[in-house]
Amino acid sequence: MKFLFGVEAFCLACFVLLSQVSAKNSEDIRCKCICPPYREVEGQIYKQNVSLKDCNCLHVVEPMPVDGKDVEAYCLRCECKYEERSSGTIKVTIIIYLSILGLLLLYMVYLTLLEPMLKRRLFGHSQLIQSDDDVVGDQQPFANAHNVLSHSHSRSNMLNKVEHAQQRWRRQVQEQRKSVFDRHVVLS
Amino acid sequence: MEEEDAAADPYLPYDGGGDTIPLQEIPRRGSNYAMSNGGGAASSTTHLLDFLEEPIPGVGTYDDFHTIDWVREKCKDRERHRKINSKKKESAWEFTKSLYDAWSGWLVVTLTGLASGALAGLIDIAADWMNDLKEGVCLSAMWFNHEQCCWTSNETTFAERDKCPQWKSWAELILGQAEGPGSYIMNYFMYIYWALSFAFLAVCLVKVFAPYACGSGIPEIKTILSGFIIRGYLGKWTLMIKTITLVLAVASGLSLGKEGPLVHVACCCGNIFSYLFPKYSKNEAKKREVLSAASAAGVSVAFGAPIGGVLFSLEEVSYYFPLKTLWRSFFAALVAAFVLRSINPFGNSRLVLFYVEYHTPWYLFELIPFILLGVFGGLWGAFFIRANIAWCRRRKSTRFGKYPVLEVILVAAITAVVAFPNPYTRQNTSELIKELFTDCGPLESSQLCQYRSQMNGSTAYTDNPNQPAEPGVYSAMWQLCLALIFKIIMTIFTFGLKVPSGLFIPSMAIGAIAGRIVGIAMEQLAYYHHDWFLFKEWCEVGADCITPGLYAMVGAAACLGGVTRMTVSLVVIVFELTGGLEYIVPLMAAVMTSKWVGDAFGREGIYEAHIRLNGYPFLDAKEEFTHTTLARDVMRPRSSDPPLAVLTQDDLTVEELQGVINETSYNGFPVIVSKESQRLVGFALRRDITIAIENARRKQEGIMLNSRVYFTQHAPTLPADSPRPLKLRSILDMSPFTVTDHTPMEIVVDIFRKLGLRQCLVTHNGRLLGIITKKDILRHMAQMANQDPESIMFN
Repeated sequence: MKFLFGVEAFCLACFVLLSQVSAKNSEDIRCKCICPPYREVEGQIYKQNVSLKDCNCLHVVEPMPVDGKDVEAYCLRCECKYEERSSGTIKVTIIIYLSILGLLLLYMVYLTLLEPMLKRRLFGHSQLIQSDDDVVGDQQPFANAHNVLSHSHSRSNMLNKVEHAQQRWRRQVQEQRKSVFDRHVVLS
Repeated sequence: MEEEDAAADPYLPYDGGGDTIPLQEIPRRGSNYAMSNGGGAASSTTHLLDFLEEPIPGVGTYDDFHTIDWVREKCKDRERHRKINSKKKESAWEFTKSLYDAWSGWLVVTLTGLASGALAGLIDIAADWMNDLKEGVCLSAMWFNHEQCCWTSNETTFAERDKCPQWKSWAELILGQAEGPGSYIMNYFMYIYWALSFAFLAVCLVKVFAPYACGSGIPEIKTILSGFIIRGYLGKWTLMIKTITLVLAVASGLSLGKEGPLVHVACCCGNIFSYLFPKYSKNEAKKREVLSAASAAGVSVAFGAPIGGVLFSLEEVSYYFPLKTLWRSFFAALVAAFVLRSINPFGNSRLVLFYVEYHTPWYLFELIPFILLGVFGGLWGAFFIRANIAWCRRRKSTRFGKYPVLEVILVAAITAVVAFPNPYTRQNTSELIKELFTDCGPLESSQLCQYRSQMNGSTAYTDNPNQPAEPGVYSAMWQLCLALIFKIIMTIFTFGLKVPSGLFIPSMAIGAIAGRIVGIAMEQLAYYHHDWFLFKEWCEVGADCITPGLYAMVGAAACLGGVTRMTVSLVVIVFELTGGLEYIVPLMAAVMTSKWVGDAFGREGIYEAHIRLNGYPFLDAKEEFTHTTLARDVMRPRSSDPPLAVLTQDDLTVEELQGVINETSYNGFPVIVSKESQRLVGFALRRDITIAIENARRKQEGIMLNSRVYFTQHAPTLPADSPRPLKLRSILDMSPFTVTDHTPMEIVVDIFRKLGLRQCLVTHNGRLLGIITKKDILRHMAQMANQDPESIMFN
């Protein structure tokens, strides 16, 4: 699970960096002018990809709906704002989010549906499934001490390590689930 | 053997009339005499004693769901600091280490701010996108939400600012037509489908991977910051699941917000980064400093309100808030706000969340409706707290709570079904609040503003006589009323569901709707009765003197204050949210009123109420203890209880000690000189004793069941054939806090609060009489307030 966390941290770092270096797409800037209704002219919104210095009514409002002497009065009512966004950041974020969500969904399907099925097929009886459900004693203070002291022991094999870590994590989640959903002692 | 000689030596300091001191031993021991506190390294001649003095791994840690000992943690930290400082001058490497140690606090806080800002940016972008996924998709770029899809399009009109051909609603995609009853039903159906699937996904992820990720998180963080341990609550999986499912929960249209969960996310980041630095990972008190700073960063990114975040951490979340924590929180909030600002993908239109552009002044007579809004906020807050706690209690104790997934789906279904027809509830709650805060000017075209054309008569831009007078105000008003009732009811059932849920945005929405209704009513009143005294004084005909947007702001602040009972931090957050610095006085008036009204019904805010519901051992620093009981009324053992379980300093064997531990469930045992004298030596914790015994049996040879256990500096005299004794002095706390039995409970409660104690021993005439624990105090306070004392669950 540290691996998953490492992946997430790496993605976050990429994300932050990307947001800094993402090129200013010409489509990512705009000047938006909102002009309210004036005499017979209806209200309109004008948008153009101009930079900050050109963001005013005279450059953006085209075609001008009123004639010569009314242009100034019309433009006074309009409000022009310069806006920019970063579409690259949005794209990268959504892709990262959806991929993490997809991975979690796959893992959830594996944990809830596939793994019990595989275990049942490999071992036949339900003994090993039950061992997951055993509560590691709060009732036995010395077993707890055992846990605390045995953290320093090293495992022989990498795969063993991962397996052991996963078992410990699942026990923890089981405990949490009991406290929150069954006994309602926390977070009710 | 050597250890027998060592064991035979009596220890020199006065032990209250124990063994006589053989004269010939004194010269040998005298040079090595050292009075140590809690097992510091006493120099000794034998290597075995050295071995016994080294720290046992695992001692000093805490069990899950237990309270930490603040005093011990602070002492440990000062000891570590002294050690590093004393070695500073030895070499350049030691100097570098001391610099690193001094700066590690700032480093942790920086990393926390960076991570919080990045995660908040991710959550914001993803939540906005998924929210709009319920309506349709952007065909040209799938990752854009509705607003971003139509960003460059020139087909948007003044009246309909959202329409553009690139954004296709589901009806358009599936049926091929955009208008008509068939497409309405199709849109309705797809809306419900997406809402349900998001909610279902969220609750499944929470249930399978991290059950601690549900709820708001602020009550639990308050308890953790006061000294409680909940293992896994601030862990990696909780962080990841909370981030992912928060987006799903917000996108499913449920009546909840992101702010509370963002505080939880920030605290998870703080906790995770503090494990990289031993200064913080090994010391629970120092870790809580980092967590206080992290919660400030959380609120800072939730609202874009850094100063409000610091004040929120001070007022709501933290228990101890020394000046150092203030600086760290300030820095964390700053870094987080900076990161969020630099990620800012939506352009500079979203820097301030609910930016208000108007600066119209408010008038003195408007204080009356503002205070009325404050009263409404207080009343609603009190009602909401009672209703929500009643519902949560029912969920906790009856079989309603057995089906959390079904409950979430049901609530999401009801919310989606009722919310779709009303345009004010269909849209994102943040957008609704922004629309309500915005005042109607000539540039606005929302439905709320349509009545303005009717009112303003013959002004320059609407003197077209062919325009029909739309009674837009009436339809807006009744839709808003329906939205208000709907939100009030649904939030009661939504807060506390098993998905991440926050309370700030729904409360602000309720207040904003109520405020806007009052504002529109006042506006109509001023327009149609402009000859009344009040309005004639201040308002002119045709000019806007009432700004309904301001009423919405004040209403939002009042409701949020009524439910959380925050004062200063709330006002700062609201004016940082809106940028409306002219309106601080009305905000303060409304918040003060809502707090007074709310306090008249019950002193607790929603978070304290949830803490009490869960039975966490939280000793509230805001309540005063006003009763006249004495320490001996509260201490244990009472007259009907079995006598106090104590350990004698050198009389017990390992077997007897294990028996005491196995038979009782106390967390600690006082150590006395002897059963006759009952004089206090120190206090030993259960966890430390068990770890020390396990360690001794593993590492030292010759420890048997009938080995003597001694807490003194030197072993007692033992017969020659007895097995090796076990020295447990290093785990003994030699300075437990004591009060006499006649101490008033006010002082005892004050001591517990100010020092952060877990237990306190009670003596009478110098002899040990009993013990008072934090749980006893909480039970006593509950009893005095006529609540159920058995609801205090944890130690």
